Amino acid sequence: MGVITKDIVIIGGGSAGIAAAVCAYNNGCKDILLLEKDAELGGILLQCIHNGFGLHRFKEELAGPAYAQKWVEMLDATDVEVKTSTTVIHLSADRLITYVNPREGYVTIKAGAVILATGCRERSRGAIATPGFRPSGVWTAGTAQKYINMHGYMVGRRVFILGSGDIGLIMARRMTLEGAKVLGVAEIMPYSNGLPRNIKQCLDDFDIPLYLSHTVTDIKGHDRLSSITISKVDENLNPIQGTETDFDVDTLLMSVGLIPDTALATEAGIKLHPKTKGAVVDEHMMTSVPGIFACGNGLHVHDLVDFVSLEGEEAGLSAAKYVKGELTHDKSLEITAGEGVSYVLPTYIDTKAMEDNTELKLRVGYNARNVRIVLSCGDRQIKEINKLRIAPSEMEKFPISRDELSGCTQNLTISVKEQ
Amino acid sequence: MYDIIIIGAGITGSFIAHNLSKRQCKVLVIDKEADVANATSMANSAIIHAGYDPKPGTLKAKLNVLGNRMYPDICKELGVTYRKCSAFVVAVDPDESKILDTLKSQAEDRDVTCIDRSGEDARKLEPNLSPSVIRALEFPDTGIIYPWNVAIALMEEAVLNGTELKLCEKVVDITKTSSGYTVTTDKSVYESEYVINAAGLYADRIYEMALKSKPDYSIIPKRGEYYVLDEMAQTVVNRIIYPVPGPAGKGVLVIPTIHNNILLGPNSDITDSPDNNNNTASALNYVKQNVGKTVINIPYDKVIRTFAGLRPSGNDGDFYIKESESLSGFVNVACIDSPGLASAPAIAEYVINEVMQGRFNYELKSDYIHRTPIKYMNELDDEAKNEMIAQDPSYGEIVCRCCLVSKGEILDAIRRPVGATTVKGVKKRVGPGLGRCQGGFCEPLVVDILAEELGIDKTQVRYDSPDSVMLVDKM
Repeated sequence: MGVITKDIVIIGGGSAGIAAAVCAYNNGCKDILLLEKDAELGGILLQCIHNGFGLHRFKEELAGPAYAQKWVEMLDATDVEVKTSTTVIHLSADRLITYVNPREGYVTIKAGAVILATGCRERSRGAIATPGFRPSGVWTAGTAQKYINMHGYMVGRRVFILGSGDIGLIMARRMTLEGAKVLGVAEIMPYSNGLPRNIKQCLDDFDIPLYLSHTVTDIKGHDRLSSITISKVDENLNPIQGTETDFDVDTLLMSVGLIPDTALATEAGIKLHPKTKGAVVDEHMMTSVPGIFACGNGLHVHDLVDFVSLEGEEAGLSAAKYVKGELTHDKSLEITAGEGVSYVLPTYIDTKAMEDNTELKLRVGYNARNVRIVLSCGDRQIKEINKLRIAPSEMEKFPISRDELSGCTQNLTISVKEQ
Repeated sequence: MYDIIIIGAGITGSFIAHNLSKRQCKVLVIDKEADVANATSMANSAIIHAGYDPKPGTLKAKLNVLGNRMYPDICKELGVTYRKCSAFVVAVDPDESKILDTLKSQAEDRDVTCIDRSGEDARKLEPNLSPSVIRALEFPDTGIIYPWNVAIALMEEAVLNGTELKLCEKVVDITKTSSGYTVTTDKSVYESEYVINAAGLYADRIYEMALKSKPDYSIIPKRGEYYVLDEMAQTVVNRIIYPVPGPAGKGVLVIPTIHNNILLGPNSDITDSPDNNNNTASALNYVKQNVGKTVINIPYDKVIRTFAGLRPSGNDGDFYIKESESLSGFVNVACIDSPGLASAPAIAEYVINEVMQGRFNYELKSDYIHRTPIKYMNELDDEAKNEMIAQDPSYGEIVCRCCLVSKGEILDAIRRPVGATTVKGVKKRVGPGLGRCQGGFCEPLVVDILAEELGIDKTQVRYDSPDSVMLVDKM
């Protein structure tokens, strides 16, 4: 028996993967398989029971599971084949996929195109090498969220949170509403990494202090966590001796960053981006390996799920074109992050093959007001956009048309400039 | 009444218990920890050193070389992984090269295989060796194991053959009687003819309980700290890379592990408590600085964890393995710091055949039972995997995405003798939580499985010790 083939295989049934499947299907590709490791579709949305999802997409504020449900319904209207409780084990550059589930065992299939929608993982206490003991009671914020929102179990009563990422802020409010005392949130940077609305609604409204330029420098407790120490950090982010403050807590939640899950991309030999830690892609979300696309938080970490879905759709559309032979892969311009920009996606853009309009997605390196975001080709400025306010916690989008890029032969740079 | 009580279920106690379980004697093992191999045996470099560096004439020199030769067969017999991964000891200047001369001649004296390589030659085999390395000695018989897996397998087989094991029990008193010893714990009282003190970091305190006075050795806890790198960094080195040994021990190493992680460490700091297994910023910095002297291009963005372990060092630098002069039948197997792991199987034989010569001459059992090894799905080919899943679909249910651990493997780890009862116990036996997410995704699933298998509420599931509460309330 030969290897079973599928036109498109999508790995990951969260917000990016579902959107990719729906969009690919609606663009004429009917032979699609969606693989999801959990028992249900929806990914991390299922544990995000707070609202705020869908404002851009559906013009209404939805809770995570409700947002996921809308997409699952769109998926149900298609003939996309879905396998849940199915983990992808291997991916090769020639698009052979090995997955496993309890019903079929290990199965290897061949895909015409692959969409990686694998999501991200939370950076752990171990990854940032926080000193101290290793008791229970130290979790990533998302793991605590899962215990509370999906399993219905409280993780602690006196809580400190390291990192002001959105999940940490959401969990500060969630733990408070469930009767825990949240003693504070420490952020190593001089600014918050969360959305401004979350600082207001999750910390300010509950009088939870935010310690900027602070980090956790000690963890005590042989069995369960008993206390932590925070210290102020200098401009190089090194703790300053003599600034220690202790907090008696039984729980420390880490919200110190998300990292795209690239285990499969790495195995397939896909080139990774040094800053996003996800794949390097062109404007069609195609990675360095032809026929393999990436999107969502498995590509780069987003702050709004609406944009994750949008990116999934872009990848779905591109994969559909690829299997129909409509996607050319020509010599491309490279776009690099200039001054004030920490990263920009896509990395490559093909002025001949691109759609009429596309968007660059970028994150800036600092908070500022009244600046210009400028796209240049060599010395020539192509386009600029004025911004009243920029923040590293908010992804910026920079629309660009094929016309604007016509005549560009050199690589492009995008930078932040003072007005 | 037991024939022998062993205090301590670390690697040393486990090897002794396993050895004795082949004979017709009644053995009890007591440990204060919630699991076998939970302190020094849990947090160390996990290396089976070849045995070239202990000082000539020491017990360490003798037992290290013997132990190294015993491991491959023992691991095969137990069905646990042993990998002969080889090692380089590297010199960066002529003074260090002189130390290599000494190691080389010691290796020759002990019949330990040693290959002398130029820096250039060594870099061909290990491209990330520092350009300043001028010479390397290769010791191909150096191996790696997961120490806790070996200890757990030994104890499992011992228990299958009648050894009794009491975990979470702390010895509080030992008194000599006319026929042997009364060992009192915080839960019960036991009698035995002999006591083997393999209590690691607490050995001197255990001996003092029996002696009722200060013993003639004391344990000096020496802390070693490590970084763990993700398996994505596994190509950094193929072999263990040692600097030349110094007064503080073997120095800061770069070590491949069984699961294809890389360990960086350890330093060596004396601490004042046998419980101070905490990480410190200063030691982690020290490790970083020193690793760079021998190996370059270390991807620190692939760090997934740090840990610290304590070595139970003695006063004179050698193992302290002897019967008490004043307490007949009380054997100290103490001060088992490096190369304790590599020496452990030889230590067990030394205790039984030499220290207690003639007194442990119980007859061998004719009906000795071998354990059934845990079937690790990662070690099977696809056909064998599918056979497993066809028989038991839980082997097709992946719980830990990072290390690809199935529910079937976790159930096996819990259900077998000396099975896992804690989240850490599951992690030690089959690996969920060892990977790059550090349990972020799989821990809630492991808690569910433990609660269901042990028939307890999730609030009763522990990370490790009885006090290491995880979930505090049902909402």
